[in-house]
Amino acid sequence: MNISYILFIPLIPLAVFLLLGIFNQQIKPAVSGYIGVLGLSISAALSYYAAYQYFFLFGKVDGVYQTFVEKTVWMNFTDTLHIDMGILIDPISVMMLIVVTTVSLMVHIYSRGYMKGDDGYTKFFAFLSLFSFSMLGLVLATNLFQIYIFWELVGVSSYLLIGYYYTKTSAVAAAKKAFIVTRFADFGFLIGILIVGYYAGTFDFQTLNAVNPEGEGLLLNWASSSFMGLSVITWALLLIFMGGAGKSAMFPLHIWLPDAMEGPTPVSALIHAATMVVAGVYLVARLFPMYYFVEGGFALNIVAYVGAFSSLFAAIIALTQTDIKRVLAFSTMSQIGYMMLALGVSSYKGEEGVGYMASMFHLFTHAMFKALLFLGAGSVIHAVHSNYLKDMGGLRKYMPITNITFLIAALAIAGVPPFAGFWSKDEILVAAFEKNQLLYFVGLFVAGLTAFYMFRLYFGIFWGKDTQYKHAPHESPISMTFPLLFLAFMSIVAGFIPFSEFVTADKVAFEGHLNYPMAAVAVGTGLVGIILAWIFYKKENDLAERFSNAFGMLYKWAFHKFYFDEIYMFVTKKIIFDRVSAPIAKFDKKYVDGTMEGIGNKTVIISEKIKGLQSGRLQDYAMFFVSGVVVVALVFIYLWT
Amino acid sequence: MIAGISIYEIFTLTSILFFIGIYGFITRKNLISILISLELILNASAINFVVINKYLYPDVLQGVFFSIFIIAVAAAETALAVAIIINLYRQISSVEVKDTEIMKY
Repeated sequence: MNISYILFIPLIPLAVFLLLGIFNQQIKPAVSGYIGVLGLSISAALSYYAAYQYFFLFGKVDGVYQTFVEKTVWMNFTDTLHIDMGILIDPISVMMLIVVTTVSLMVHIYSRGYMKGDDGYTKFFAFLSLFSFSMLGLVLATNLFQIYIFWELVGVSSYLLIGYYYTKTSAVAAAKKAFIVTRFADFGFLIGILIVGYYAGTFDFQTLNAVNPEGEGLLLNWASSSFMGLSVITWALLLIFMGGAGKSAMFPLHIWLPDAMEGPTPVSALIHAATMVVAGVYLVARLFPMYYFVEGGFALNIVAYVGAFSSLFAAIIALTQTDIKRVLAFSTMSQIGYMMLALGVSSYKGEEGVGYMASMFHLFTHAMFKALLFLGAGSVIHAVHSNYLKDMGGLRKYMPITNITFLIAALAIAGVPPFAGFWSKDEILVAAFEKNQLLYFVGLFVAGLTAFYMFRLYFGIFWGKDTQYKHAPHESPISMTFPLLFLAFMSIVAGFIPFSEFVTADKVAFEGHLNYPMAAVAVGTGLVGIILAWIFYKKENDLAERFSNAFGMLYKWAFHKFYFDEIYMFVTKKIIFDRVSAPIAKFDKKYVDGTMEGIGNKTVIISEKIKGLQSGRLQDYAMFFVSGVVVVALVFIYLWT
Repeated sequence: MIAGISIYEIFTLTSILFFIGIYGFITRKNLISILISLELILNASAINFVVINKYLYPDVLQGVFFSIFIIAVAAAETALAVAIIINLYRQISSVEVKDTEIMKY
């Protein structure tokens, strides 16, 4: 399979970014929108073509999906240890190409309507293209270091786009927070990469992930060494997962994601729902054989528990939030937790690898319906100019298309058949049930919560009280409704893709089948959540308020996101800044700087004192000179001999 | 060789002359006086050249030439110094040393 054309998939957005970035002032806003959409359309078309070629024509040899790599050595350290630049084509990277280009294209189209009349229109499209380039590069990376480079690039684009409304203080703070938190996590990632480089002697994914023919262990021999009872490679994997957790907003590095909602809504849909935040899942999936085989999957267990806890934690917070974008942000976090959980409970071989498949499946479907939810929320915000549920209600009469598409997305995320979320969520629950019942029940409970808070949102926006609007809200323009309709279509059909035929842990296709009792339980839980939401929020009533009052303390905690922002502030400000940094800064000022400045000051003082010697009186100089001569003469006459 | 006078006596004379010049150079308050003192120093060294030549190497004349050279240079130097002093006088209407202390730090 000739894969060199795939190189153009990331390079076209890069070219668009450079074009729009450099000729920012010259290009008319309307034109820049078209350029952005055009560039992404070409990329998307190439991705679809690549997927068709890979999955249906050339990818499968003897039932096993092959990996195609094209790369050049960029930096050479030793024979095995070198940093390459290239593209790697295997099932998950092709799948991610589809996800990224599809959602990105939809968001580009949507932004043409949403951002209309904004001052930084061209800049916005330039940043979107930069992000698309980085994300596609990340997806196609052939080795840990390349993925790290693009990892940071998506971080930068995310920073730029969250802080897009740079005149708003809160947006600037949110951008900084997102960047610093993820950067902190990436520090762990970098250390993990370096440990892998040192002990395993290679960064290359294929070498790292190579599994022996029986499928029972890794081929790679690393210099074994242990630290605190775990092998160093496990530590490396945990540190790499820390990087992934930071990007994917897993507990306890999740604090940046809700604040990231300060960015424009299309950005939230693209970066903070569909693509960048699943990079952590993608990273774990990319290194899955390592996670699974190294030390009996210790690191993978951690992934599972972190994922499960995050999904529960976020779902509880999502119940109480009133900013619709924040509800969606916590929902994203919860769903990503789901994906992590699925990866964590997966095995490697054949059908036992259903968790891996389910995770990727859920990543795919979630990208579609969560992007749809965000874009729908953006459409609502566009109409009512507010982010808060209290300013909404009864919008179904004004915005029929948004209403229908939002409902489809909500049904999809709630796991109602036949929408996409049902199929992927079902697979996740099956995988969890087979491996770890505790995680299964957590997953099931979260599924119920998800259905509840999503329909609370839906009823709150489109039904509920009849709000009187100053300006009657109206349906969004076609450029915004088209992406909604397209993604709604995807949310309906994506579930019918036989994912197990395409993406599996050991790259051998197997036939997936629906587990009916399992599915019935999951759907039942989801329906209970929906019905509860129906009772609470369909019509305006005080049930919800009475209920939240009954929970009192717990409700208050959840509403304040369990005070995690405050805890972080306390740790960073009160402990690190005041107790550690401030004394060190004081020491630096007083002693280190003090010494240096003291030397300078003393020199000045002494100079001040002796400058009188240069009096400008010729005779003084002569006097000094003569006395000097006399002294030297005396020394030579009486002492030297 | 000069009959009846030893080299030490002449050295004593030139030393006295030299230190009178140094003393004058350091203590005089008038620029012209300083210039005169300078001439004394130069003369003392010129005499030394001649005398040393005469007493130690009577068959060559370098020392004598050197003293003539010194006199010539001293003349040029004096002309220069007087020119400077006159210019200074035009500027500050004074030839006192204490009035020329502006060239410091």
